[in-house]
Amino acid sequence: MSISEQELNDFRGQVSAWMKDNQPADPGFLLPQTFMEVGDERQLEFLREWQHKVWSAGYLGMAWPKEYGGGGVERVFQAIADQEMRRHAVPICFNVIGLGWAGPLIIDIGTREEKARYLKGILSAEDIWCQGFSEPDHGSDLGNAQTRAVRDGDEYVLNGQKIWTTMGNFAKYMILLARTNPDAARKYDGLSYFLAPMDVPGIETRPIRKITGEYGFTETFFTDARIPADCLMGEEGQGWKIAMQTLQYERGAEAGAAGGLMMVRVTIDDMIEEIRDMQRDGEPVLQDPVVRDQLVKMIMEEKAIALGDKRAHVAPLTSDYPGSLPLSHKLRSTEMTRRMRQFAINLQGAAGALYVGDAAARQGGFWQRAYFNSFSATIGGGTSQVQTNIVAEHILGLPK
Amino acid sequence: MSVIGNTTLSFSEEQAMLLDVAREFCRNKSPIASVRAQLETDSGYDAVLWDEMVALGWAGISLPESCGGSAMGVATVVPVVEAMGRAMLGTPLVSTTLAAQLLLRAGGESQAEAVLSEIAGGAAATVALLENPDWGDSRIGCTVGADGVLKGGKCFVADATAARLFVVVVEQAGAPALAIVKAEQLAAGAIAPNTLIDQTKRSASVDFTGVPVAQDMLLTGAAVVTALRDLRLLGALLTAAEATGSAASCLDTIVDYLKTRKQFGKLIGSYQALKHPTVDILTAVDSGRSFVYHGASLVTDAPLERDAEIACRMAKAHATETLLYAGDRAVQFHGGMGFTYECDAQLYIRRAQWSQQQYGDAQHHRKRLAALLLD
Repeated sequence: MSISEQELNDFRGQVSAWMKDNQPADPGFLLPQTFMEVGDERQLEFLREWQHKVWSAGYLGMAWPKEYGGGGVERVFQAIADQEMRRHAVPICFNVIGLGWAGPLIIDIGTREEKARYLKGILSAEDIWCQGFSEPDHGSDLGNAQTRAVRDGDEYVLNGQKIWTTMGNFAKYMILLARTNPDAARKYDGLSYFLAPMDVPGIETRPIRKITGEYGFTETFFTDARIPADCLMGEEGQGWKIAMQTLQYERGAEAGAAGGLMMVRVTIDDMIEEIRDMQRDGEPVLQDPVVRDQLVKMIMEEKAIALGDKRAHVAPLTSDYPGSLPLSHKLRSTEMTRRMRQFAINLQGAAGALYVGDAAARQGGFWQRAYFNSFSATIGGGTSQVQTNIVAEHILGLPK
Repeated sequence: MSVIGNTTLSFSEEQAMLLDVAREFCRNKSPIASVRAQLETDSGYDAVLWDEMVALGWAGISLPESCGGSAMGVATVVPVVEAMGRAMLGTPLVSTTLAAQLLLRAGGESQAEAVLSEIAGGAAATVALLENPDWGDSRIGCTVGADGVLKGGKCFVADATAARLFVVVVEQAGAPALAIVKAEQLAAGAIAPNTLIDQTKRSASVDFTGVPVAQDMLLTGAAVVTALRDLRLLGALLTAAEATGSAASCLDTIVDYLKTRKQFGKLIGSYQALKHPTVDILTAVDSGRSFVYHGASLVTDAPLERDAEIACRMAKAHATETLLYAGDRAVQFHGGMGFTYECDAQLYIRRAQWSQQQYGDAQHHRKRLAALLLD
């Protein structure tokens, strides 16, 4: 099926006009830059309304099947819509665990019933999704998850604890990794995967106050919580495999994602703009030779990531260690982001010590908050240190 | 406009084919034992091997067909140079390519056709550029007088003992010019070889005083100025390509050792203190290769544009610092063995120091990048 350039351009114009007309006014409170910062009901309702609006207009889930609430068109249209959302700096489509991970998973391996039951609510933002993978004692070591699921008639009984549940207090469903067989020879084989409801007795969430002072995550406690047996995805013992597939989506395989602006991207250009009027030694900071040298290094780092994304598709230039570029992508890009945001604070002089809430804080403390939040990406989805081990072992073949 | 700017990355069939052939050639013809066999020879390379490279057409890849070249552009030399860097193969190919590029870009295709044909035929050539160790100093003290006689000397002339032809950067009537000098024109003792930190490389101080330059061996005009600027950028790019190849094989050397050496009952590659910096080297080599082939995607036979300049400078700024880090860690990770001359880590740490100082070090290029990107 070929789509004409004209058709794509027309579509871009149409999305652009819609975004311009529908860009919401400043609500007067801090809006989350990522889905991990939804801390209160006001933010939740604002974002829920926005996502619903984007979906209703036909700019979300465009490549998902039509019968389940999607648009049923080629993915290229969603890519264009996403670009326009970024360009117009509209709010995020915040139901990310549904849109980016659970949804694609259900489309790829779910049953017809699961698709019918879940997909539309993900897109419309009626059903918020959360993820129950990490546990207090097993953060990056997912294979060791200890939360128990015991089959009892046509139900599973859940006991245990999850942590870092993004929007756990708002979610209707959870993608849950739990241990159905504690005696399996390999720890991985004892795990199963559930599409679990959150509104049953015995599931409690407790919000976690983050380093930024805001909320966004919960601890989730399961105490004899009973969920229907048909919440099991696949079969018992397939949990690890399905979780790994989920992580593929999480670590950047965008193929099946519903689209939508998932986070407010802060680029090196934003930072350079931000520091343009700052002073150091009574001169513009951008004239300081040391600052200039560091900035060039950062620009190069960001450019290397963009070039690497392209080179990854040139087979003769990836023969050394195939797979190293995609597998190290999260590591490189999240670490780069963290350093850049830290640097932006460093350049503020004494004002770098101010924080959100101080009237004199630059951009309302944007960079301070953004720097703190950047750790959610260097820790979440496998810490940088674990990512480094993975690259060392899988790409370089170094021993465990 | 974003400071990230152009991110073109293309790789042609010809480049892919050459990369394949060059890697195979270098792997077969330049094992480490052969590299070591040349460390203390005068020329620093195996003349038979050079003849084979010439026979493969490598000396003329970027030269026009009228001069016996294959007109594939300097971008197509990049994969060959990367492969040579990987094998630590020392030959005058980079010097020769750069000398040919300088002549071509200064408008020498017609005037210097015979000289370029000699180069395509295997006559090693080199550029005599520097007069002191500062790559940022572009003043020229070496002159051609009204009598057509050269006065002055050059230093750090790469592959001077191998070169049959020198392209000497001179000042003539207040403007930069290029004088083509044949090796046989030099006075006895005019070449004073350096003792280099990288024993796979050769360079020398060359005294050109008293050498007469025929009118047709002197290139002048505005094109010379542009050509000299482009020479520095292409020199940076080819050095970056070579350093990236060397860093990749340095990484292989580290990884091999980490997989075989045991300490405290465990393979040392299982220790994160060694594992993590090794991944840092991998990602740095990855970025280096991306920059190098981005540069190769943008350099053409025409005067280099801003994006190409940025690409060449980034490639150089990144690649040789990567090799410095890789070579440094290679020595450290080999423990006591790494401190010996016998250990191959020494080849890389030495190459790193040499590469960093060719065509400007990382700070030299970042300083210029800052002006290009931030002002």
